[in-house]
Amino acid sequence: MDPRLGTAIVVVVGVPAVLIGYIWLTEQLLRAFGQRIRPKLRPWLWLAPALAFLGVFLVYPTLGTIVRSFENKAGTSFIGLDNYAWFFTNDASLIALRNSLIWLVALTAFTVGVGLLIALLVDRVRYETVAKSVIFVPLAISMVAASVIWSFMYFYVTPPEPQVGTLNAILEVFGIEPVAWLQVTDYAFNTILLVVVMAWMWTGFAMVILSAALKGINPELLEAARVDGASERQVFRGITLPLLAPTIAVVTTTMIITALKAFDIVYVMTSGNFDTQVVAFQMIKQLYDFGQPGRASAIAVILLLAIIPVMAINIRRFRAQEAIR
Amino acid sequence: MTSAPVAATASRTRTRRGPGFLGRLPIHLVIVFLMLVWLIPTIGLLVNSLRPPDEVTKSGWWTVLFNPSQLTLDNYKFVLAQDSITSGFINSLFISIPATIIPIMVAAFAAYAFAWMSFPGRDVLFILVVGLLVVPLQSTFIPILQLYGPKGFNIAGSFLAVWLAHTGYGLPFAIFLLRNFMGDLPREVFESAAIDGASPVTAFFRLALPMTVPAIAALAIFQFLFVWNDLLVALIYLGAQNPDNAPLTIVVSNLVSSLGGGWQYLAAAAFVTMAVPLIVFLGLQRYFVRGIVGGSVKG
Repeated sequence: MDPRLGTAIVVVVGVPAVLIGYIWLTEQLLRAFGQRIRPKLRPWLWLAPALAFLGVFLVYPTLGTIVRSFENKAGTSFIGLDNYAWFFTNDASLIALRNSLIWLVALTAFTVGVGLLIALLVDRVRYETVAKSVIFVPLAISMVAASVIWSFMYFYVTPPEPQVGTLNAILEVFGIEPVAWLQVTDYAFNTILLVVVMAWMWTGFAMVILSAALKGINPELLEAARVDGASERQVFRGITLPLLAPTIAVVTTTMIITALKAFDIVYVMTSGNFDTQVVAFQMIKQLYDFGQPGRASAIAVILLLAIIPVMAINIRRFRAQEAIR
Repeated sequence: MTSAPVAATASRTRTRRGPGFLGRLPIHLVIVFLMLVWLIPTIGLLVNSLRPPDEVTKSGWWTVLFNPSQLTLDNYKFVLAQDSITSGFINSLFISIPATIIPIMVAAFAAYAFAWMSFPGRDVLFILVVGLLVVPLQSTFIPILQLYGPKGFNIAGSFLAVWLAHTGYGLPFAIFLLRNFMGDLPREVFESAAIDGASPVTAFFRLALPMTVPAIAALAIFQFLFVWNDLLVALIYLGAQNPDNAPLTIVVSNLVSSLGGGWQYLAAAAFVTMAVPLIVFLGLQRYFVRGIVGGSVKG
């Protein structure tokens, strides 16, 4: 028997046991304190494991990133805001900013919109699991395999060679000239085509989470409304949609962040050529290709700052949720 | 928590299906259309993974329809014949299962605190936690590698290193999602539990957790999927130091790069690899049933 199997069993059984034991122990510990202190201390004990992990793996490195963003290439001296000034004044990053904005809007709107539509529709049919699996499959395929798939879709060969790419073959059937899809820069068309790949993958994500929320709605509420004579449309607008709203907000926020962080598709499919670069891609390029950790760090900090407004909206929403529950 | 309300809701859901098959034809058409759109790219890859590589560059995958004799299992035979595939498969399971369970539990405690306990600075802390979602993982590798290195905890290359890292990286989304679902639970449930003398620990395990089962199932699907398909984190914390512990993703990428090109093996490997997340997805479907939450609220 593989000795690692023992380790795995210890971890799978042991870690949950330790965590449950921890929470149970904190409650015993809290008994030592007075009624007034207990509720003040308790949240921190419940948060402690999460904060420890986050502190080590995300906060500590991020503090380093922030410091590094004010330093020069070699990290030997402080150069103030030069790295930030550089980012906002060169043509490549301005195109990257524009493209990231396109990614953010198009990817989020598509995945949340279509994901919601599918979650609602399949809820009404018997082959729900099959339909959901089909939409989920692209996410289970690795990013690299997805890129291979879509390279076949967009593939272009200089005529008169036969077109082996799916889209160009379809054009050929209608007698239209083949198109070098990923090189069409008009209206950032090629960026939209890259977003399509990501949207194809991530719609399943939105669908699964929205579907989970949909199943969480108390059916008696819907039934009561129907008994009172509400039409299906009224039930949807008056009950289902408001109850789904918090989850739609969570999925939207997550997709915005996913869009901002996306770089692999760009990396594999166009290497950022033909004006398809995005902000996260510029970061990776500065870090690994150009050996500019200072500039890469500045881009990472810009991404962090970019989502503050999104998070502020989330907090307002959570306050509203607490006011009515 | 009786089963009666659940059963009652189930039968009611069935009766409300409303108009017959023809009346709901538009729904079926839309769903089938979307399924086809989503399937076509995958079918393209599946077909090409079953063709010899030189055929793929010469003709489109749809030519199989007229000439099915070109289909071959050679790519799959080659991939499955690699010794490293089996060990990679087992390593992937070793990595993915704990790296799914640990963050979900840790996140559930934190989400409960964020949703149902009040403390100063809660909103700011929550913004910070979820804001960490946007941190590019690449910017964390160097400091964490130093912590993992011989001068630190000396765990680089071990499964523990990857479990811990995936827990840290997975927490922001897990906390965000679970806090949303837990925060949506009705206040009366917790108030009446508190009046009955239930401690927050009891309320958490008996009420909050069971009532968030669909969300936890969704989270488990994604955390498992992300860890299973992860190449980057595994490569940084495992791959270089300890090839014996390499997961499937590393094995496959080595296979492809060592053969130069070799995307046809990648395509075959992609279908072999995705089987497991798909099984997890299907296995957890039974938790996506209408009425689970409503039923336990009543109980």
